[in-house]
Amino acid sequence: MDFTRRETLALGAGAALAAALPLKAFAGSHGGLADEAIAAFTGGADVGEGGIELTAPEIAENGNTVPIEVSAPGASAIMVLAAGNPTPGVATFNFGPLAASQAASTRIRLAGTQDVVAVAKLADGSFVKASSTVKVTIGGCGG
Amino acid sequence: MISRRDFLQVSMAASAMLGTSGFGNWARLAAQQALTQDQLLEFETFGNISLIHVTDIHAQLKPIYFREPSVNLGVGSNKGQVPHITGADFRKAYGINDGSPSAYALTYDDFSSLAQAYGRVGGLDRVSTVINAIRADRPDALLLDGGDTWHGSYTCYQTEGQDMVNVMNALKPDAMTFHWEFTLGSERVNGIVEGLPFAALGQNIFDAEWDEPAELFKPYKFFERGGAKVAVIGQAFPYMPIANPRWMFPEYSFGIRDENMQEMVDEVRGMGADVVVVLSHNGFDVDKKMASVVSGIDVILSGHTHDALPEPVLVGQTHIIASGSNGKFVSRVDLDVRDGQMMGLKHKLIPIFSDVIAPDPMITKLIDEQRAPFADQLSEVIGQADSLLYRRGNFNGTWDDLICDALISEREADIAMSPGVRWGPSIVPGQDITREDIWNVTSMSYGEAYRTEMTGEFIKVILEDVADNIFNPDPYYQQGGDMVRIGGMGYRIDINKPQGERISEMTLLSTGEAIDPAKTYNVAGWASVNEGTEGPQIWDVVENHIRKLGTVNVTPRDNVKVVGA
Repeated sequence: MDFTRRETLALGAGAALAAALPLKAFAGSHGGLADEAIAAFTGGADVGEGGIELTAPEIAENGNTVPIEVSAPGASAIMVLAAGNPTPGVATFNFGPLAASQAASTRIRLAGTQDVVAVAKLADGSFVKASSTVKVTIGGCGG
Repeated sequence: MISRRDFLQVSMAASAMLGTSGFGNWARLAAQQALTQDQLLEFETFGNISLIHVTDIHAQLKPIYFREPSVNLGVGSNKGQVPHITGADFRKAYGINDGSPSAYALTYDDFSSLAQAYGRVGGLDRVSTVINAIRADRPDALLLDGGDTWHGSYTCYQTEGQDMVNVMNALKPDAMTFHWEFTLGSERVNGIVEGLPFAALGQNIFDAEWDEPAELFKPYKFFERGGAKVAVIGQAFPYMPIANPRWMFPEYSFGIRDENMQEMVDEVRGMGADVVVVLSHNGFDVDKKMASVVSGIDVILSGHTHDALPEPVLVGQTHIIASGSNGKFVSRVDLDVRDGQMMGLKHKLIPIFSDVIAPDPMITKLIDEQRAPFADQLSEVIGQADSLLYRRGNFNGTWDDLICDALISEREADIAMSPGVRWGPSIVPGQDITREDIWNVTSMSYGEAYRTEMTGEFIKVILEDVADNIFNPDPYYQQGGDMVRIGGMGYRIDINKPQGERISEMTLLSTGEAIDPAKTYNVAGWASVNEGTEGPQIWDVVENHIRKLGTVNVTPRDNVKVVGA
């Protein structure tokens, strides 16, 4: 019982998609776009560490919908980027003075293994950044 | 007065000494043909709480042979660390004599001849005897099942896990966590779990749609034992939707979720837990990293990577226990918990030598009842083994070489791929190969053997992807299996390189030519995670192949060149 032509094609399409993943990995080609977006958000100011938390899975269960969560107490805005996507911008969350907490969660689509980056503008006008590598894999075989 | 830290170290050293001297004794006693059940079970009850850990049984109700790996490489900070040592290095590390029962149970050398001397291991009726003996010492001992229980045999497949549920329920576990169980499909898993007479735990089992804790699986359960409050937190296999077919349990999401683990530890401590035990299916290296990230866990009962270790591994204040697979071992862990603290721990990894430990007749009867309807199917002899058939090891085993041969021959392929799973008992030379034996190494709910065309480039992408799931230096990016097995093709792997650069020198063995990235090859494989995969079931493919061969002789092959080990 062999694959029909249709199934072979379907498999082939899946294969092509998966094959593209590692080639795009680690974002060399789009890293510049992410840097540009960060510079536009910060106005070129220095970006520090700490004071921002980014929660993302280590390995995406489904690259098409990856749940992430950001929180930066006291922030007025948090920008989220998928550094390896053709269009890195994901979202910018703005928090008014009456916001109970400066945290947000959403789902993003990732073109392949890459860094997800969050940059927050804090109350004093300074910027902090956090990033997390999310692996997108064709998967395989567990123990 | 000694501090808590000192006390832990003292008790660790004592258990290590007991362990080694005990092992040495067994070797001598066995030489005198005097290894007894009492010696295997000998344990001076300690403290006020006993834990009994079984894990990764993979539906092995009956005694089997199981050869431990010869190659089990660690990367990054885990290079050369247990459990990533094998053979003579392993025996040296634990003071085990060559040819002793412990050498047979824990290492791979001379497996075929030692198997003749020491016989089969495991069998849930023997496991029951051990559990009963521990309960005789400590009636309220907690029995904790690390999962991969309702998967891996002919009868488990035919009954959709019911045979294992029936027998395990008779052993009366107190809690369980999960992995392959989900490949029964979420409807079936939910149905079984709703009726379980014990806790189904997983702090990392979430509802995929809302990314909230799944209602059916609780994160933890409290037990009152020895005047102390014991919190057992479950940790299911984190990468189920990636390593196994997501479409079979689309409602569920997993992940390591160590932030949530920390929250759960803090929550149970806040509720008065005196000791925190994590029942985990993370795999050993992931558990080590989690123990370094999450504070406040006293004991991790570790599963998934099938490692069997005679001593706990200490990470900070967390003791990690590894209890093997396929019913071959039971771990007993006694804890001294006082004043809201774990003051000491004593551990013994008990190998289940099936000829030494008497079966519990009640459980034997129950196992026979599960198997009776399938007796004719199970026992049919398909062929004979002339050489050792085993699976465990990072790159290849003779069982998988045989399966790949079957795929190439029966499916007329250039190249074959077989998943790097770690379950599946061994067959010793001279043994009949029955249908049951074939199912023990192939049974799964997505066993269709596909045949498709792949370019050389895509084959490399697959190898690179799987290799990174094993050899990524960060354990959180590892999935805990072994390398995909390849038939008809050789390659070189440098395990220390980054993804995309590990694999080279791919060669088609039939012609000796280098694999051409642009050329298309016929590839046969099984256990695809893609929905709608078609083909004959792998166990039928293998059965047809073995039937034609009659006598099977597969010597270990050297088509994978490993660099950087």
